[in-house]
Amino acid sequence: MRTYGAVCSGREDLAVIVALHAPDGFLEPSVAALTGVIAALIVGRAVHASGTELGDRRIPLAGVSAAFIFAAQMLNFPVASGTTGHLLGGALAAILLGPWVGALVVAIVVIVQALVFADGGLTALGYNTINMAIVPAFGGWALFRGFRRLLPNNGTGVVGASALAAGASVVLAAMMFSIEWLFGATAPVPFDTVFGAMVGVHVLIGIGEGLITGAVVGAVIAARPDLVVGAADLAPNELRHRPNVGTRTFVLASLLVAVFLATVVSQFAASAPDGLERVADDLGFADTADEHTFGDGLFADYATRGLDNESLSLAVAGGAGVAVTLFVGWGLVSAQRRIRGSATS
Amino acid sequence: MIQLDSTTHRHLHVHGTSPVHSVAAEAKLAGLFLFVIAVAVTPRTWVPVFVVDAVLVAATVRCARLRPGLMMRRLAAVTPFVAFAIALPFLGDGATTDLGPLTLSIDGVWATWNILAKATLGATASIIVTATTPIPDLLGGLSRLRAPATIIGIIGFMFRYLDLIVEELGRMRRSMVSRGYDPRWLWQARPIASSAGTLFVRTYERGERVHDAMAARGYTGTMPELGSPRAERADWLVALAPACIAIVALAVVGLR
Repeated sequence: MRTYGAVCSGREDLAVIVALHAPDGFLEPSVAALTGVIAALIVGRAVHASGTELGDRRIPLAGVSAAFIFAAQMLNFPVASGTTGHLLGGALAAILLGPWVGALVVAIVVIVQALVFADGGLTALGYNTINMAIVPAFGGWALFRGFRRLLPNNGTGVVGASALAAGASVVLAAMMFSIEWLFGATAPVPFDTVFGAMVGVHVLIGIGEGLITGAVVGAVIAARPDLVVGAADLAPNELRHRPNVGTRTFVLASLLVAVFLATVVSQFAASAPDGLERVADDLGFADTADEHTFGDGLFADYATRGLDNESLSLAVAGGAGVAVTLFVGWGLVSAQRRIRGSATS
Repeated sequence: MIQLDSTTHRHLHVHGTSPVHSVAAEAKLAGLFLFVIAVAVTPRTWVPVFVVDAVLVAATVRCARLRPGLMMRRLAAVTPFVAFAIALPFLGDGATTDLGPLTLSIDGVWATWNILAKATLGATASIIVTATTPIPDLLGGLSRLRAPATIIGIIGFMFRYLDLIVEELGRMRRSMVSRGYDPRWLWQARPIASSAGTLFVRTYERGERVHDAMAARGYTGTMPELGSPRAERADWLVALAPACIAIVALAVVGLR
């Protein structure tokens, strides 16, 4: 339990298990160094871009927003019969503040948690920042834009897109963590097990994250629609048009989606060898599995040891990697376009 | 259902006059970074190096006159990963060893050791620095270590308003409880989320007001430096000593 987790009520806190604040030594130093460089480059870019977006209001506004995200992460909400979870807030920050400012604000929260509260190791800052700030903010932003296109162009559309994007961004972060594990594992737990466990648990956490994020965005739209960067393209009267969707309907629907996703994911990535082999047989490459040799220096020995089918596992890893890169890259590109747009106008 | 005590940054700094307290912040931070890097790159089987690191950390805690109880409480932040680490000997594969009724993976035991040792040493070192350095000095130290001014400015603002915002959240939760709100299930969580939305609007509006007030007083986008004591040669010597000893230990064991 976090020492500053002031709202903790002593009950089991679901999200604590996977708070992702990895300590020092959790991944190999090479992965820590590489992710540190990548995180520093993106956060540096976010500092610059947030200056373009907010001007000299940047420091006070990003500062209070970081305090808000910090507080929001303490907020615990009921999950089921008294167990509670808490918000991670990466996608929420991106939707409310825009991807650059959002990523910067959450990155600052992660840095402060490591530096001041010893929550997350200082040498783990690179991958912690990527998993908790950069992937949820940019991946969440890209997903949000995607869902906005699918959903009606009104207040409910924005709230629904926020909820779906926030939920999926948590799963994306879990995928990112598993990929980092593939390259920098420090324990004899194969990639399959980590991927299955992380993604499985985060699909459930994503439901809470999505629901709360959607409701927070809805509340902000009701009070100050101009403060939601993700809805800046809508006129106030379009935003106010909010056909009601019941919360219970939403929870049950997302639970169904989650069960479906969990089943699919477990088919592909659970540690159960039966499922893996069957899929490999189905896809017809079970017999090619042993012919491949994978760069031993590239992947951590631990993460590839004991895999029943290396090609399939690495295909899953590759697929997850493509998904993360695609969404985070899309988020970065569309964030970049926003900056250009605001610089010219 | 809801308990709120605002254990945020006001309680982080433990007032004292120990030698560790009096070392300049930038020297302490540099020493901390070097030390945690030295710990993180230590191979897991080099146990003597970890012993040296642990002695260094324990000696610094003693020298800073920090109570062990306080250190243990703050170390609780790493607990989730301790739970993960302890599971590793049972999850891992490869060669196993028998310990009484238990069958443990040898690699898993080393992995547990690796994560526990590094996480504990790293977190304890960080806690020593934050417990002996007030936040403004810490930020001043970061800025003298050439950390980006914008990030330091944002962190400063975050701390300035953190307690206020957390307490505001607490007031909102208390008033909800006093009206009989006691949610048990996820679909009853909407009022909590609405209060968070309200909190965001209030926070952002406060940020805008603060900016206006600052602009009225001549703020142009950078914060003036509020001097805290600068590091002198003695500060650097004292603060970098543990990190240097750790690196020497690493080199000695490595070359042996």
